[in-house]
Amino acid sequence: MTSMTERHKTLEKNVTLLGIAALGAVVIGGVVEIAPLFWIDNTIEKVEGMRPYTPLEQAGRDIYVREGCYVCHSQMIRPFRDEVERYGHYSLAAESMYDHPFQWGSKRTGPDLARVGKRYSDDWHVQHLKNPQSVVPESVMPQYGFLADNDLDVPDIAANLTALRRVGVPYTDRDVKMALADLKAQADPEADAGDLEERYPKAQVRDFDGNPSRLTEMDALVAYLQMLGTLVDVDGAAAQEELASERGR
Amino acid sequence: MAEKRLDEATNTETVGHEWDGIEELNTPLPRWWLWTFYATIVFAIGYCVAYPAWPMISGATEGVLGWSSRGQLQNELDAQQAARARTVAALADMPIEQLPDHPELMRAAIAGGSAAFKVNCVQCHGAGAAGSKGYPNLNDDDWLWGGDLKTIETTLIHGVRQPGDDQTRQSMMPNFGADGLLTPEQVGQIADYVLTLSGKARASASSQQGAQIFADNCAVCHGAAGKGSRQFGAPNLSDAIWLDGGRREDIVAQVTRPHHGVMPAWGNRLDPVTIKMLAAYVHSLGGGEDFAETPAPPDTQPTEAE
Repeated sequence: MTSMTERHKTLEKNVTLLGIAALGAVVIGGVVEIAPLFWIDNTIEKVEGMRPYTPLEQAGRDIYVREGCYVCHSQMIRPFRDEVERYGHYSLAAESMYDHPFQWGSKRTGPDLARVGKRYSDDWHVQHLKNPQSVVPESVMPQYGFLADNDLDVPDIAANLTALRRVGVPYTDRDVKMALADLKAQADPEADAGDLEERYPKAQVRDFDGNPSRLTEMDALVAYLQMLGTLVDVDGAAAQEELASERGR
Repeated sequence: MAEKRLDEATNTETVGHEWDGIEELNTPLPRWWLWTFYATIVFAIGYCVAYPAWPMISGATEGVLGWSSRGQLQNELDAQQAARARTVAALADMPIEQLPDHPELMRAAIAGGSAAFKVNCVQCHGAGAAGSKGYPNLNDDDWLWGGDLKTIETTLIHGVRQPGDDQTRQSMMPNFGADGLLTPEQVGQIADYVLTLSGKARASASSQQGAQIFADNCAVCHGAAGKGSRQFGAPNLSDAIWLDGGRREDIVAQVTRPHHGVMPAWGNRLDPVTIKMLAAYVHSLGGGEDFAETPAPPDTQPTEAE
């Protein structure tokens, strides 16, 4: 014991040696803790139904991030009974596979939004964003009415999609080429959406903000909110069976 | 560097450092601390054996207990389901029409519905189910589509104006003002007339003009006396309950470009028993109606206030 503490003193007294040893410790920790996340089944489980966000949803997502919605709202339902009963099926890692950045989080001033899609009407979302207290009197959420006044201004949506493609979101060449057309068509029931719904299954095409004549930031944000958690059928029998058989977490 | 030596005052060894005469004592860690530290190491080893811990090639080690967070959740949900199984099975078999004949089951359904209401419904209808502008109050006896158990259940399953549900409650009041069916002046006259129906305003020249326009355009759904019709989901205009506001400007706005509220179809989100329980809860809030023996013919006015 004494000789070991004596030898340890050599390490403590030599700054170069200490630096190398500290780096070694951090590398081991990193390899053990982080590296497996890239290959073990637990974290890269595949689920059916996930698709990249449509250009309109992606634009809405950018507004969500811009306005700091994540400061109060998480998008991660944990596997606890109280959360599952309130928010729905617990979130799967794959459900945020196309999120850059992801919107998990542990601070909830407002409710979790991972499965808020299709839970309320568009109308409700618009009214609630304009004046949250008009539908939830005790709410402390700020008012976002200006979203309905701002035209959706995305300078180059195709470039956004290209950037996301570079970090691994599988947009096709056609998705990128059609980005601007898709963006406009999804919020306009009159427009010809083309093959939007084939390329983006379960995409909801309609006017979201109650004002069909304009494409506003409100359209984009509500389109994004109405999509959240609706892509994967986690309650399907096959999905449940598979999830139940998973071990080791 | 000074030599290690025993400090005279405390009889403790020094570490051998000395700065301007100040020395450091090499006081050993308290035993209790050291043993607690060793105990945590032993605990950690035991924990790694018992619970999922080390990431390996294809997955983390599972641990000999076989615990998983998802498994624990499933056990909790199963236990809860088992505890409720008898009541739920009884409710599932019970046609909702017969629910009022079984007071005990009805009470259970109302309690369950109250919990489900807090999760799914309060955002629009309010924590006390009192609604707000544009969202109906469920405490009163004013029903757009009907207030017996079966009708409430149907509304819950299919929603109101829910896109993609072909049995959803559908009523579309035309944009009388915005689409140019009526002039702004006529819209104002209608508003004046509508206000007289509930006694909020006295008859005037304008309202008399409005009466004729109302008879030509509005009575087909709202009834000649403005008492509404559940067949069309047309609100009763002669009572003191206003879904979208009862001021003159609210009525003008509603006739010009009507607000069409949407309620989600819960049939594909909630299981039938939960919907039955929600129907029982809403029915219990104060305005619940008995089943009508014979449905009123569509084009006569309902005798009671809607």
